[in-house]
Order: sequence, then C-alpha cells, then structure tokens
Amino acid sequence: MQQLLFLLEQVVNGLVLGGYYLLIALGLSLIFSVGGVVNLAHGAFYALGAYASLEIAKYLGFGPAVALSPVAVGLLGILFERFFLRRFYTADPILGLLVTFGLAMIAEQAIRMIWGAAPLPAAMPAALKGSVVLGDFIFSRYRLLLLAIVAAVLAGIWLLLNKTSFGRVVRAGIQRPDMVAALGIRLQPYMTTIVVLGVAMAALGGALFAPIALVYPAMGAEIITVAFVVVVIGGLGSFWGVVLAALLVGVVRGVTINFLPAAGEASIYVLMFLVLLFRPRGLLGERIEKFE
Amino acid sequence: MDQDRKDFAASVSRRKVLKAGASVAGALALGFPAIVRSQSDKIKIGHLTPLTGFLGALGQYAVLGIRMAEEEINAAGGVMGRQIELVSEDSVNPTTAATKAQRMYEQDRIALLLGEINSASAKTIMQVAARNKRFFLSTGARSDVLRGADCNRYTFHMDIPVTVMVNAEGQGLERDGLVKGRQVFYLTSDYLFGHDLAKAAKRFMAEHGATTVGDELCATDVTDFSPYLLKIRQAKPTLVATNLGGNQVTNFIKQYAEFGLPYAVAGFNLNTADAWAAGPGNLSGIWPTVWHHHIDTPGTKAFVAAFMKKHGKPPENHAWIEYVSLKVLAQAMNEIKSTDNDKLIAHLEKQPQFDLLKPRKGYFRSWDHQMQQEAYTFTVKKPGTYQEAWDFLQFSAAIPRPDQPLELLAPTKEQSACKM
Repeated sequence: MQQLLFLLEQVVNGLVLGGYYLLIALGLSLIFSVGGVVNLAHGAFYALGAYASLEIAKYLGFGPAVALSPVAVGLLGILFERFFLRRFYTADPILGLLVTFGLAMIAEQAIRMIWGAAPLPAAMPAALKGSVVLGDFIFSRYRLLLLAIVAAVLAGIWLLLNKTSFGRVVRAGIQRPDMVAALGIRLQPYMTTIVVLGVAMAALGGALFAPIALVYPAMGAEIITVAFVVVVIGGLGSFWGVVLAALLVGVVRGVTINFLPAAGEASIYVLMFLVLLFRPRGLLGERIEKFE
Repeated sequence: MDQDRKDFAASVSRRKVLKAGASVAGALALGFPAIVRSQSDKIKIGHLTPLTGFLGALGQYAVLGIRMAEEEINAAGGVMGRQIELVSEDSVNPTTAATKAQRMYEQDRIALLLGEINSASAKTIMQVAARNKRFFLSTGARSDVLRGADCNRYTFHMDIPVTVMVNAEGQGLERDGLVKGRQVFYLTSDYLFGHDLAKAAKRFMAEHGATTVGDELCATDVTDFSPYLLKIRQAKPTLVATNLGGNQVTNFIKQYAEFGLPYAVAGFNLNTADAWAAGPGNLSGIWPTVWHHHIDTPGTKAFVAAFMKKHGKPPENHAWIEYVSLKVLAQAMNEIKSTDNDKLIAHLEKQPQFDLLKPRKGYFRSWDHQMQQEAYTFTVKKPGTYQEAWDFLQFSAAIPRPDQPLELLAPTKEQSACKM
C-alpha cells in the first residue's frame, strides 16, 4: 500500500515535470508544423530567456523579469524568422537543420562571451520557496505555480489555434498551403507570429526554470534533446500529441527513478524507441500531406 | 509559383527530417579538433580538460588558471630560458581524451601532459601515458582508484583524493554533530568518481556511528532531481549526504531549497564555482575543498588579485590547481634542467617541496605520486554578514592543523592498493 502511494506520488510529480518539458516542446512542434523546419536553435531562445530574465530581475525584480523576458526574446524571434527561417520553409530540411544548429552554436558561444562560462546564480522570491503537502503528497510551491502558468499558456494557444480566424488560417496552412494561397491569403505574417509565439514560450520556460535549474551557456543544448524527444513521441506537428508526450515522458522518468534510479535518464529514449517502433508517426501524429 | 508549392510539398518528408536530426546529433558527439601551431624552439606542453558537459564550467576556470601561469612563466624567462607553449584542448569524454592524449604525445611532440577533472577521463589518459612511457600530471581528478589500484609510474596526482575529501568533510560533520546516530540518505553520481566517493563516505560514516536509510545512483546528465527528492522524503533521513559531481550539485541544491525539505544536507564534493552558482539563499550544509581564495598567504593574495584584475571574478579551486600545477612543473624542469620525462619522474620521487600558495608547502609522495597538502571545509555565512556575491562562503582553518603531520588524512601505505 505504502509502495503504491509512493508510486502515485512519482506519477503526479511526473505530470508536473511534463509541464516543464511542454513549454519548450510545444513551440518546437508549432514551428515545425507551420514552417517545416526543425528549429534546433529553439534551446538557444530558452537559454536567452533565462539570461534575459536575470538581467531584467536586477532592476525590476522576479515577476516583471518573467513577464518581460519572453517579450524581449520574442522580438528577437521576429528577426530570426525574417532573416533565417523564412529562407528555409521550402528548402531541403537538412539546410534548415544546419542553419538552426549553427545559430544554436553561435548563440551558446555568444552567451559564453557575454555572461561567462560559469553558471550564474538565480534566486526565486522567498515566498515561493517550500512545498505544499496535500494528504500524503508533497508539491513544490514553485512548481505548482509553474504548472498553472503552463496550463494558462496552453489554453491560450489552443484557443488561438481553434477559436480564432487567425487559427483557422494557420491550421489550413499546415495542411494545404497551396489552397490558402489560392484563396489569396499570404501565409507569411502568420508564420512570423507562430515563430514569435514559439520562441517566446521557450524564453518563458527559460525565465521560469532559471531559479530551479542551472543557468549556464549549454542549458539550451541540454533542453533541446528532451524537447525533440517529446515532439517525436507525440507526433511531429500534433498539438495534443505533444501535450500527451510531455506528460508521458515526465511520468515514465519519475516511475523509472522510483524503481531503477540509475536508468532514469535512459528511460525516455527507450520510450521514444518503443513508440517509434509501433507508431512511426508518433502517438497522435496526423498525416500531413506535405510531410509524407 | 507553382513550382515553389510543388517543391515545398515534395521536399520535406518526415523521414528526411528525422534522419537529418540524427546526423546532427551524431556530429555533436564528436567534437572538433583544435588548430595546432608548431614552433620548434618552444617547449610544448599538452593540456586536456573538459570544456563541455557537466564539468565544462570548471574546465573553463582551469583554462583561465593555466593560461595565467603560462604567461607568468614566459614573462619570467620561461623554462631553461625557452618559452613554453601550451596546447590546450577540450577532452570531451574518456574515449576522446585518450585519443587526444595519444595524438599529443605522438604527433604534437609535447614535452609532457597535464590536466583533467573527470576521473574517468583521467583514467584513460593514465593508460595512454603508461603505454607511451610518458609523463602525465593529473590535476583535478579525485577518484581514489587513480592513485590506488590503477596507479602507475608515469602519472602524478595534484588534487586531494576522495579519501582526503571524506576525512576532511567528516571532521566538519563530527564537529556539528552530524555523524553519530544519524540516518543517512546517500545520493551518488553514477560514474567512477561518484562511486569512489560513495564508498569512502559510507565507510567513514559507518565507522563513526551513522546508519544508511537510502542509497541512490543518478546519471551524470540528471538535471531534474524532483523524483529523487520524493524518495528522500519517503525515507525520512536525518542527514542527506551527496556524492555528486560537477554542476549536478548546484542543480540538486537549488531544487532541495525549492522543495524546502527539513533534513540536514551535506556533501563530500562541491567546487567553489558550483557553490557560487547555487547562490547564497539556497546553499546550506558543510562541504570540503582543496583551496579557497581567502587563504591568508602572500602567494594566494597575489594570485587572486591578478586573476580578479584580468577576469573580473575571483579564481576557484580548478583555476588555482591548474595554475599551481604548471608552476610546479616549470620549477621542476628548471631544477633538473631537462624536459626528459624519466628524469622528471625520478626528481619528483625525491619529494622536493613546492609552494602551493598555502601555509605549508606540498610534495608528491614517492610511493603513490600523490601531492600531500592541506584541505579545508566551508559552510555558509548568515545573510547580511557578507557584501559581494562571491563572499557568502565561510572557510575553515587548514586541515590538518599546523602541528599535525601533513599526511594525516591521506590513506596509509597499508590502506592503499597502489603497487608501482
């Protein structure tokens, strides 16, 4: 009984952790579905979000830093889309991968030059520290807040995609860019907006994780691997697939650590292997004509 | 226009994207060779240290330290009147480290090799050194086995070994009543150094009256410790003892503070840079170290001032160890007036004394090639009692005390498995 409770605690904690992966993976997935580019520079925006939040926090404090850092990095996203991504929507995917991979390396080295190689300290307000005990379960207060923010962002993105005319065009553009063009709609501004949203989400992730993770130049490279795994498991381009996959990855990792701690990190790759074996398109991957 | 659309549809296949992604990931794992310049009149010295991964930030400090030593040695006239030239590269991982060491000995024609922080990489380089019968000074690797069962005639060890860290830390823990009767939860990094540290730590704690209630391994790339924190809470220990490596300790400390678990926490390894990164609000407990920037000697003061002036931050223990290591080797080569590796080994085995910027001079013990030197512990100052961000650590006096033998904390010849 006790053991079962411990396991359940790991499952719930895993769901919270899934939210952590979701912020990064969802943006990666959105940019891929709309533009057809796997944005390997996505981790760099996560890192920039963290560093920007530390800079802003020096002057305005923690709350405004978390709110403003995604805005600042999102503006950078406009330039990123305009001068880099846009040229690769119709190109061979290897080119898009190479250019975003190169940008990720440039960003990492730039961070190293500006802020140094050593990790920077990042603190959260004392009021957010500590944990909440509900029955037999313990939750970090900060992670609960984080989860609420993720849920709000998720709801916002879903509404935007499914309940607005903006979303209708984007969804149509994912499936049939040629039809959208035939209707006289330019997809370009929609693409820019999606990229900015994705990039800002990554930056928000960076700003939120700074107090509980390590703020150092390679933090982007570290997160992009997990985010990529989540997107592949969920199915490239699928909204709910990514949500499901992020939660699944969090839970599988937590449960593995409960039984076999040393295999915790390996478990998510085993999960990816199994999913790809039985569902090569990912859990909820749709058939998107242009990607087949 | 039509052509464009068609291209768009035809070119982007899922399979292609996955394939390309995999090849990029593969390229990441390989690392890039540095450009090597050659000048025959200079004495070339090889240096390998991890610049990426969980020890990368420490390796960056190590490079800053050794570059400063190189400049100072050359400004003071070099070694035997010749300038030295450092060939420094990222050691990446144990396999790459061995390959690069072999290339440096063979093709780059280095006079000798030093470096490393990762114990697993140091181990593979030691094997290459022995095979080539060439000198290697392992600067920052602390695993006991390296100077124990795996010791070899061609390798010397600068940093304090795991046993010394555990014994120094143990003294601090006993002082604060954190050993006897404590129920300990161990969290250990799953690689050579972590295992070694855990072994020594558990031996010390058991001998001094503590019991074990939990013992978990975690991979070196763990960044989220929340599942482990849940396990710690389930075990209800009275002391959490960490045997983690590199920046893992920082992550653990930050998340331990985030969850606000009530159990005392301490650890047998924490580098100063990682303590700084954890931040004053998060860090607690007692930790061991080999050197710190507040040591009251003229040597340390001059080194810290010069480093601050150049880099705008104080040096930490890996910057220091690389700095003194190169100085020690330069001094030794000047003393024997040769770069011959066998002569150098014979000289160091005579146990000449070296200034390590600490109160007492150190020497390499002849039978296990381990540098004998003082160690320290540190705790965290109370909020409001410090000014700068670097200043929140409170360092202990040197261990052993000035009236005690320098080898007090080191394993004895009977305890060591080293046979040369």
